[in-house]
Amino acid sequence: MGILFEKSGLFTTVQDLGRTGYQKSGFSVSGVMDRRSFMIANLLVDNPENEAVIEFSMVGPTIRFTSDTIIAMTGGKFSPKLNGKPIHMYAAVYVHKGDLLEIGFAETGCWGYLAISSRLDVKNVMGSRSTNTKCSVGGFHGRKIEKNDQIWFRAKKRYLPYFLSRHLEPDDFGKEEVDIRVVMGPQEDAFTKKGIKTFLTEEYTVTADADRMGYRLEGPHIAHKGSADIISDGIPFGAIQVPSHGKPIIMLADRQTTGGYTKIATVIGVDIPKLVQRKPGNKIRFYPVSVKTAQELYRQEIKEFDEMRNKIHHPCKEVLDPRLTAKRLAKLFDKEKETMEVEPWI
Amino acid sequence: MKYPRILLCGDSAVDVEFGDVISDEINQKIRNFTNVLKKEEITGITDIIPTFRSVLINYDPRFLLYDEMKEIIERLLKVDDAGDAQKVRIFQIPVCYGGEYGPDLADVAEYGNMTEKEVIELHANRNYLIYMLGFLPGFAYLGGMDPRLETPRLSNPRIRIPTGSVGIGGAQTGIYPLDSPGGWRLIGTTPIRPYDPDREPPILYEAGDYIRFVPITPEEFEKIRQLEEQGQYEYQILEEGE
Repeated sequence: MGILFEKSGLFTTVQDLGRTGYQKSGFSVSGVMDRRSFMIANLLVDNPENEAVIEFSMVGPTIRFTSDTIIAMTGGKFSPKLNGKPIHMYAAVYVHKGDLLEIGFAETGCWGYLAISSRLDVKNVMGSRSTNTKCSVGGFHGRKIEKNDQIWFRAKKRYLPYFLSRHLEPDDFGKEEVDIRVVMGPQEDAFTKKGIKTFLTEEYTVTADADRMGYRLEGPHIAHKGSADIISDGIPFGAIQVPSHGKPIIMLADRQTTGGYTKIATVIGVDIPKLVQRKPGNKIRFYPVSVKTAQELYRQEIKEFDEMRNKIHHPCKEVLDPRLTAKRLAKLFDKEKETMEVEPWI
Repeated sequence: MKYPRILLCGDSAVDVEFGDVISDEINQKIRNFTNVLKKEEITGITDIIPTFRSVLINYDPRFLLYDEMKEIIERLLKVDDAGDAQKVRIFQIPVCYGGEYGPDLADVAEYGNMTEKEVIELHANRNYLIYMLGFLPGFAYLGGMDPRLETPRLSNPRIRIPTGSVGIGGAQTGIYPLDSPGGWRLIGTTPIRPYDPDREPPILYEAGDYIRFVPITPEEFEKIRQLEEQGQYEYQILEEGE
């Protein structure tokens, strides 16, 4: 019982938060490109925070369900249809055995996420279910999804309370221009003052050379003081490399662990989703913030996830009134119970 | 420039830099620091990547903020790891040199004006320090190759170099842990797998360990290959105080 891919989509893989702890051995982290959309997809169906999902890009897959389950889709604005009828993203949806889900094209954004409450039955390799296509490890046989692939579920259909409340405001990735906030460094001292000014004031365009490994940008030349090469060191998620050609390359989920190009700045965690959802041809500007600000924003976002979780765990208006009555009644019973528990000998 | 220095790498990583050259001395400091850091088992640190001259620490700002991270690093930089970095592990890697196992051995010999036997003697039975792992899972950047073995890379790289191939590329030598394209001159093959995702640990060695190549015959190669496939090969690891 699970899902059957009738169409693979452009680049569809199984991903979670990635395979951490092995970068010292040269193992890329992989994991989702857009952590925010991933988190929201899982929380909509009460999955654990790091549950593996289906990640798709630009053209989503077409999926036949071979058992009942509950799903939620987030990320870029695709146009999903269930048995030919449009359905909402950013909402929990019941699907039945035999149903056909066509995810369609990304109108805005690039990456989409499908969380399934029955959980994908793919092997946990080195602490993660993420697909590392370069090493052929994890996910579905270590590769992207192809037509007729079938992934089984590893949990039974679950009941989800407050079903009518399980929808959230979609993130808008369709803006013409986007500010991407960065923390300067680690090698900003390898650039001239003018080079740094160029980087922080000019507009850059995402090129077609954009994949899970990194996004190459086109725009004004960023000048180095001297060499653009360094002795290879570690590369964090969102690092902005500038080789001698002076154009930024942003290192993403499937990046190699180490590299020998100067890194002018690093995209802050909460802005990586905004960046990866930019399509080729879309524009961005870089804007510097302090590490303190970046980390405050990071913690705020976690609070925001908690608020979302709260929101979908409350009855919605349609069912609120009868519920309220029931609650008031219940309280009366509880009081009686309390009294009994405190003074059992009376 | 004053070292060590702490460099900002966004909101989820910092780089601790120990110098700006590749040297055994800096590598020793990195090993010391990495050992101390690992022993502390700090909640929130997700990955530690030691490289030639620096250590990248990835952390989750949910648990640790930069100021706290910086304080921890500054404290730990003063700690000595009680000589653990002095103890070294030497992984003995069996290699079948030449023939179909090392199709470029003859070229390397010719380039260096040597016999094939001399190439093997210079390459095997000496310790190579693993400065760092990167590029591919388990791909070790080794220091310590005899300069007489230096051979330029192939002008036309191979599309597929099989797992376990041992090669020389310029002043470097190493093992291909995975099938991969590459331009190194292949002088031998090891039957053991430096990387196996289903083994614990998946990657045999770490930065700071040493590798020593041990020549074997094609018969021994076949025997070890079979044992390795069944997960029964016992890796030969020497432990030494430096």
